[in-house]
Amino acid sequence: MLNPNAKLSPDVFDTAIDSKPTRDGFGHGVVEAGKADESVVVLCADLKESTRADWFEKEFPKRYIEVGVAEQNMATLAAGFAAAGKVPFIASYAAFSPGRNYEQIRTTIALNEQKVIVCGMHAGVSVGPDGATHQMLEDIGLMRMLPNMAVIVPSDAEEARKAVVAAAKASHPTYIRFGRSGVPTYTTPETPFEIGKALTLWESTKPTVALLATGSMAHNALVAARALDADGIGSIVLSVPSVKPLDNEAVVAAAKKCGKVITIEEHQVAGGFGSAIAECLSESFPVPVKRLGIQDEFGQSGEPNELIEHYGLSASYIAHVAREF
Amino acid sequence: MIRTDEEIQALEEKAKDIRVTIIEMLVAAGSGHTAGPLGMADIFTTLYFDVLKHDPKNPTWDERDRVVLSNGHIVPVQYAALAHAGYFPIEECLTLRKFGSRLQGHPERLKLPGLETTSGPLGSGLSQASGMAYAFRMDGKKNHVYCMMSDGEQQEGNIWEAVLFAGKNRLSNITAIMDRNNIQINGDTEDVMPLEPLADKYRAFNWHVLEMNGHDIPAIISAIEEAKTIVEKPVLIIAHTIPGKGVPEIEGDYRWHGAPPGKGPTDKVPADKQKEVFLNDIRTMGGKIPNEYA
Repeated sequence: MLNPNAKLSPDVFDTAIDSKPTRDGFGHGVVEAGKADESVVVLCADLKESTRADWFEKEFPKRYIEVGVAEQNMATLAAGFAAAGKVPFIASYAAFSPGRNYEQIRTTIALNEQKVIVCGMHAGVSVGPDGATHQMLEDIGLMRMLPNMAVIVPSDAEEARKAVVAAAKASHPTYIRFGRSGVPTYTTPETPFEIGKALTLWESTKPTVALLATGSMAHNALVAARALDADGIGSIVLSVPSVKPLDNEAVVAAAKKCGKVITIEEHQVAGGFGSAIAECLSESFPVPVKRLGIQDEFGQSGEPNELIEHYGLSASYIAHVAREF
Repeated sequence: MIRTDEEIQALEEKAKDIRVTIIEMLVAAGSGHTAGPLGMADIFTTLYFDVLKHDPKNPTWDERDRVVLSNGHIVPVQYAALAHAGYFPIEECLTLRKFGSRLQGHPERLKLPGLETTSGPLGSGLSQASGMAYAFRMDGKKNHVYCMMSDGEQQEGNIWEAVLFAGKNRLSNITAIMDRNNIQINGDTEDVMPLEPLADKYRAFNWHVLEMNGHDIPAIISAIEEAKTIVEKPVLIIAHTIPGKGVPEIEGDYRWHGAPPGKGPTDKVPADKQKEVFLNDIRTMGGKIPNEYA
């Protein structure tokens, strides 16, 4: 059953549920953060509309800094802004930031401990028609390896808004991953969010499989859990937006209750969220783990739903794997 | 402001002390870069002992000028200048590159007071300087940002992204000083990947460009003071320097880019005599450093 403490939308299983891209959550959240703290600035590399950075620009034109098509400069400029007392958000597509400017992020933000919030948009295969070059599938791995860096993958636009507001207040640099396509807004303003905390969305009376999902895969996992429930298979669904710091306690607790774990992410299974969970469990409570995600290949053009289906990330496929596991 | 002959002479003597410290710390470390630090000793001396607004006893003073070292590998000259200026004990220079030292092989801001950035990977200092300069201007602050760069790192694309940005935004609170010593690891810059005409390139990107002899302290002071009078444009000072300056046996020799005394090329001075010869060269340079750049 749904966890009542998660305070999810009453429409959570309604196919007509409101759908928004998580990047909208960036747009709303960064305006909110900007109102709360006048040192918040936004740097963008010629993608202000699609990243929603223009929403901030409209509110605070003097605090929006256009850097042109120059992601390396954007990251290093931001380190300078932070050094001078600002709270900079940098917005581009994840394929370019942190894809292209990884060394600059590593040296001038992570090692240098400057509080910059790196916002990678259009991550995952659900970018759709733009194809493999723009479908970033390695960013969680790259960023979670960096000391001092938190990694957040919000599961819907509302959680994305909260993640942005929380990152602005945090004491460390943060990477936040956003998607291009609409995903169900199944959480509400009352749903808890905290960096470092996972959220139980669903828990059956006798769970036998734990579905651990990050990003928009959390809603797919929830739909899968309901289908499994109809088949008499109990499960736990844990939404894990905070890939780093990871809520080890919640991950281990779910593994202990279920005895086996499926991880779901719109990212390479090597090095990403599933790896993080496997690392945690193999050290603390080894149980069988299956990692759903992109299996060591690049994406391709197509409609977002088609691609989610093709790469084995749909709710029905998750349920299928759980039944066979 | 006019400096007296005595003041200039004192700076020249200080530059010698800093060169001596550079040699001593590199020998103690057993690794590190010799040519660049010696070549930039006069400029760093002039910054920390004359033009810079700073307070060694209060390294996080809000009103301080910022020195962003982009080519982090020449940090021995900055460590030596900071130590002589009183940021930390001069003896600590001998811990350079050692386990547990605050003087990391490449500078880390959080390890040592007086450092503004963490650097080593080339090409990212000018962007950070630009971010600082833009933020200071937003807040109406008067802090001036000095970005110390090498010529070799002008081959990094990141530099030119920053040159575009600072030019577009007329960041006149930046003075970039480029160590134009003409060498890089694989040889002379103009052989490895030609950079000239550097001044014209920067001017085309809406910068004001000055050139100076990087070993003539009055010339350094006057170029930096002139740079601060320029409004509406960031300023690049191309500092013509001699790598290894102060040690005639190694001056201009690119092979000394990344070697410490005692482990460098031995065709002119045997390895076991390098420390002694280099220190003697520096101590007998005489007060006035000759003017090679006309």
